[in-house]
Amino acid sequence: MDFTLKIWRQLDAGSKGKFETYQVTNVSPDSSFFEMLDTLNQQIIDQGEMPVSFDHDCREGICGTCSLFVNGRPHGPDTGITTCQLHMRRFKDGETIVIEPWRAKAFPIVRDLVVDRSAFDKIIQAGGYISVNTGCSPDANAIPIPKRAADLSMDAAACIGCGACVASCKNASAMLFVGAKVAHLGLLPQGKAEASRRVQQMVAEMDSLGFGNCTNMYACEAECPKEINVSTIALMNRGFFMAKIFCEKEEL
Amino acid sequence: MAKHGLITSSIGKKLIVGTAGLFLMMFLLVHLSINLLLLRNDGGEWFNAASHFMGSNIIVKIFEVVLFGVFFIHIIYTLLLTFKNWASRPVKYFMTNKSQTSFFSKYMFHTGVIIFVFLVFHFWHFFFIKLGFVSPPQGIDSENFYAMASILFNNPVYSIVYIIFFVFLGFHLNHSLQSAFQTLGFNHNLYTPFIKSVSMFCAVFISVGFSVIPVFYLITDK
Ligand code: HEM
Ligand code: FES
Repeated sequence: MDFTLKIWRQLDAGSKGKFETYQVTNVSPDSSFFEMLDTLNQQIIDQGEMPVSFDHDCREGICGTCSLFVNGRPHGPDTGITTCQLHMRRFKDGETIVIEPWRAKAFPIVRDLVVDRSAFDKIIQAGGYISVNTGCSPDANAIPIPKRAADLSMDAAACIGCGACVASCKNASAMLFVGAKVAHLGLLPQGKAEASRRVQQMVAEMDSLGFGNCTNMYACEAECPKEINVSTIALMNRGFFMAKIFCEKEEL
Repeated sequence: MAKHGLITSSIGKKLIVGTAGLFLMMFLLVHLSINLLLLRNDGGEWFNAASHFMGSNIIVKIFEVVLFGVFFIHIIYTLLLTFKNWASRPVKYFMTNKSQTSFFSKYMFHTGVIIFVFLVFHFWHFFFIKLGFVSPPQGIDSENFYAMASILFNNPVYSIVYIIFFVFLGFHLNHSLQSAFQTLGFNHNLYTPFIKSVSMFCAVFISVGFSVIPVFYLITDK
């Protein structure tokens, strides 16, 4: 298969970027999107130029490192997968593919298609943890946990923090990410003790980092490679204002 | 950490917009039930009586002030949220986003602005006359809202603009009512689909309910 690629090139956060057009030929339909980009980069290196920078690590959809806004959608045209799980057979032969970095004030560009997502780390540092050691696995029924809570928590824990929610949101809002973390920890007994502190701290940090506000359009849920449900956002909202209204004031 | 209270937080602002919006919905229902009295064939007796009651009853007067406050809050907080949202993506994408989303949610600000513009006209035509800021049409008593409504609705241009406006209001409501529940933290695997249907029903009910009146004037020679 042959493709025309329009790729965003930008030297660093401060410089002005632009689209460059490249041709790749003889791509196997079974190669992954990144194998195709590797081929392109080899071509560029052979010409003595600077290869396209893009984030990737596990290349099996579990680490959350890869990104890319492909033809108007985060992680490309398929749902429920990351860019590293995308295959070239998903495109038409001869198609032009436009590749952009995640665009958000809170995710500044590092180079080309690589953005700095440390804003997510800061949100986690603000409260996305359980302060005490919860020990090794207890006896199966020592701590009763309703099946539904365990399931919802497990679903929310699937979030890999890739930032597709922010990338797809019209408002560059991080509420699905924060909602997922709040739900994942807060639904289980070990995390409940700190739930009201956690939600307040994480939301405060999120607000300070330049993310937008959710307008419940749910593009995030549609684009999340782990299909995190927007009900986690409702859970976060509920937890947040219950904490603000009913919890006694404390130094956070 | 910097002070981060309920009403300065993102979620708090959304909560305020949502609660204010739900309150405005009640106002629409009351307003609609009075407007539908225009359809009675009584020379405006009931409609004028209702308008008079709404204009003189002390409890309604208090509610009127509350209503203005709520409108104001809805708009101010919406602007705060929307400006922050715009600022959150300083560099736009080249390709338009093709993600699957609820369509009307993208245009809440636009439909909101349309509602606002209509409200200004509406005040000009009715409310300011009541307050005495604007003089009523020639030969009509400033209390006779029935006659004023008849003049306006007998003008086809006004009637058509009016109907178009209510279509946009319907778009605003279709997304916003169910959205307000999500904002208030209510998302339930059993009830949310039901709430979405009710939201759609209310939007259609309000739009059609208000639009029936100009249609009635257009097809009859009242
Ligand atoms: C009768 C009039 C109105 C009613 C019943 C109404 C109702 C609502 C409701 C229930 C919401 C949902 C909030 C949420 O998702 O939690 C909403 C959102 C919104 N309204 Fe209105 N509204 C009205 C007028 C206006 C006006 C005049 C504006 C003018 C700018 C406006 C702009 C917006 C915007 C931009 C949103 C989205 C806010 C967000 O989700 O962040 N609305 N409205
Ligand atoms: S590279 Fe790890 S999820 Fe894509």
